Amino acid sequence: MSNANTAAEVRKLPFYMAMVEAIRQEMARDSSVFCLGEDVGQIGGVFQSTVGLHKEFGAERVRDTPISETAILGTALGAAAQGMRPIAELMFVDFMGVCFDQILNNISKTTYMSGGAVKLPLVITASTGGGICDAAQHSQTLHGYFAHTPGIKVVIPSNPYDAKGLMTTAIRDDNPVVYLFHRGLLGLPVLNFIDAQFATDVPEEPYAIPFGEARIVRKGSDVTIVAFAQMVHKARLAAAELEAQGISVEIIDPRTLVPLDMDSIYTSLSKTGRLLVIDEDYLSFGVTGEIIARVAENLGRFTLKAAPRRLAIPDVNIPYSPALENQVIPQVSNIVEAVESLMNNPL
Amino acid sequence: MQASHDQLLWMYHRMLLIREYEDTLAMVYFEGKLPPHIQKGLAFDIGAGTIPGEMHLSAGQEAAAAGVCVHLEPQDSVWGTHRAHHFAIAKGVNLDRMTAEIFGKVDGLCRGKGGHMHLYDPEVNFACNGIVGAGIPHAVGAALAAKLKGNGAVAIAEFGEGAANQGSFHESLNLASLWQLPVVFVCQDNNYGISVSKKASTAVESNVERAAGYAMPGIRVAENDVVAMHVAAGEAIARARRGEGPTLIEMKVDRYYGHFQGDPEGYRPKGEVRALKQSDPIIRLEKQLLEQGVLNEDQVKQARSAASERVQVAIAFARASAYPDAAEARQHLFAE
Repeated sequence: MSNANTAAEVRKLPFYMAMVEAIRQEMARDSSVFCLGEDVGQIGGVFQSTVGLHKEFGAERVRDTPISETAILGTALGAAAQGMRPIAELMFVDFMGVCFDQILNNISKTTYMSGGAVKLPLVITASTGGGICDAAQHSQTLHGYFAHTPGIKVVIPSNPYDAKGLMTTAIRDDNPVVYLFHRGLLGLPVLNFIDAQFATDVPEEPYAIPFGEARIVRKGSDVTIVAFAQMVHKARLAAAELEAQGISVEIIDPRTLVPLDMDSIYTSLSKTGRLLVIDEDYLSFGVTGEIIARVAENLGRFTLKAAPRRLAIPDVNIPYSPALENQVIPQVSNIVEAVESLMNNPL
Repeated sequence: MQASHDQLLWMYHRMLLIREYEDTLAMVYFEGKLPPHIQKGLAFDIGAGTIPGEMHLSAGQEAAAAGVCVHLEPQDSVWGTHRAHHFAIAKGVNLDRMTAEIFGKVDGLCRGKGGHMHLYDPEVNFACNGIVGAGIPHAVGAALAAKLKGNGAVAIAEFGEGAANQGSFHESLNLASLWQLPVVFVCQDNNYGISVSKKASTAVESNVERAAGYAMPGIRVAENDVVAMHVAAGEAIARARRGEGPTLIEMKVDRYYGHFQGDPEGYRPKGEVRALKQSDPIIRLEKQLLEQGVLNEDQVKQARSAASERVQVAIAFARASAYPDAAEARQHLFAE
């Protein structure tokens, strides 16, 4: 679809509208795509992740469900095995705890256990992230759990352009994809809690962003920061501060955790020799450790100038009070300090 | 809806095949289970031998599978459990490839990756599942797919009475009834969840009582009788096909073997299985067919030896198949 706009006038959309546009376009293109989940119908999702779709496609294809997460995911599996392409929303990723058997023992294992005979083209969507004082049961990101489980692709977009293109790819993929959207990035009026760009250029025509291709958010030469979702924006703010001190930061947003584009990280490290991995999931046994372990296994490909650093939720639950929440979710000041320590502590 | 002679014969032959299959596996299972390296004191090595891993046999439950599957078309789906050979065979799963799968061979349904608790045959829309109750919502999803596609297919969730205490059962019944989906829930009461009896695990006398809680009909088949199951399942499947929503059936069945092969079954009263076999569903049907003149003694003998021969062909196929190449362990995580 072409239009007469010049490049400078490309349409801007917030994250949630970009995500919904991808779903709408895929539903229009492919009658096997349908949505189910709590509140996804009439009100378009409590995070507006399916807004307008119920009106456009009707209650058969955009289905409000009971509060029954096991039934939602189990139903998605059965429908996918029979050739449909369900998009099942979990609302808060924390609710995976209610239905983890369907994820851990069923959705992730069916294709493998069937020796490839059964395909499960389904998408699980869920909102993630802290920053609005929702406390320990409604603030987690948990992408590490999904990534740790073989057989699931994991998508974590950080901006509206990626949100649309990665959703298109997720729906077209013949495998289970967990697509996690950070509440702070959605661009909803009541959830604008990060000082970051909420609306970016999003082309109207459908486009698909391949999984496993990182985006270089910012070029730099002294330190490589790997960050996902909300942390990409915090890293950008930190990088601007560090720039003033003469420290040049390169930011890499892998965009998908499974598959994970390590080559882009290695290439960046060949230039900078310094690594900081920032995550909003728990610290231990998680994503930050995995990335640094892979770097350690490939030390022959580059020369590190400092021991890698990581920032994540420091192995506590996420507290309620804003005075406490800020202490456990990595903040811009923590990133600045971590980069400074990388610069000041050569190997 | 009375069973026709053809239907009775179909069910009889399937039940014979299932019984022969399970009784044969019960013996083959112990082949190689006592390798020289086995530790002293162990009765056998579960992972060794011709059939590696655990083995949950369905002998005594054949009538449930035959009574349901006689009404099904290939496009209808069945979602089973860890003890699902009876439904697999009744649904028409390829017996050679099923057996090769159980032997862990490359010609198996899943190229040796699933094993006997995880058999998948998309050609006849059969799948089973090792987690108790997990497959129930999958049938609901298949029924939803059928409704959305408008293809008239019906989905069957088959499970034991133990699974009816899982949350997945209750969530699935509610959702299926709410959405009026073409699914039939077939609960087989063999009275045991491993060692715990139904009385010790279940607050209601019959799970059929639970159907009312989800505004769907419940049908109890109180005896291990394929003719009664044929009627109950026929009604339920016809309702589903008419778009009138789900039904819950609970059927009394018997588990002739242990929870797993080699189960010492200390929890079972002595002589229980022998007593249960007095009302064996195959003998019951066989008598009826002989009395009605549908079959004569020669034909019974012939049917029994045909079942036996078919099982031997499947076993031979599985024995002759190769193990998968080691590289396959890392394949099929994702669909290409």
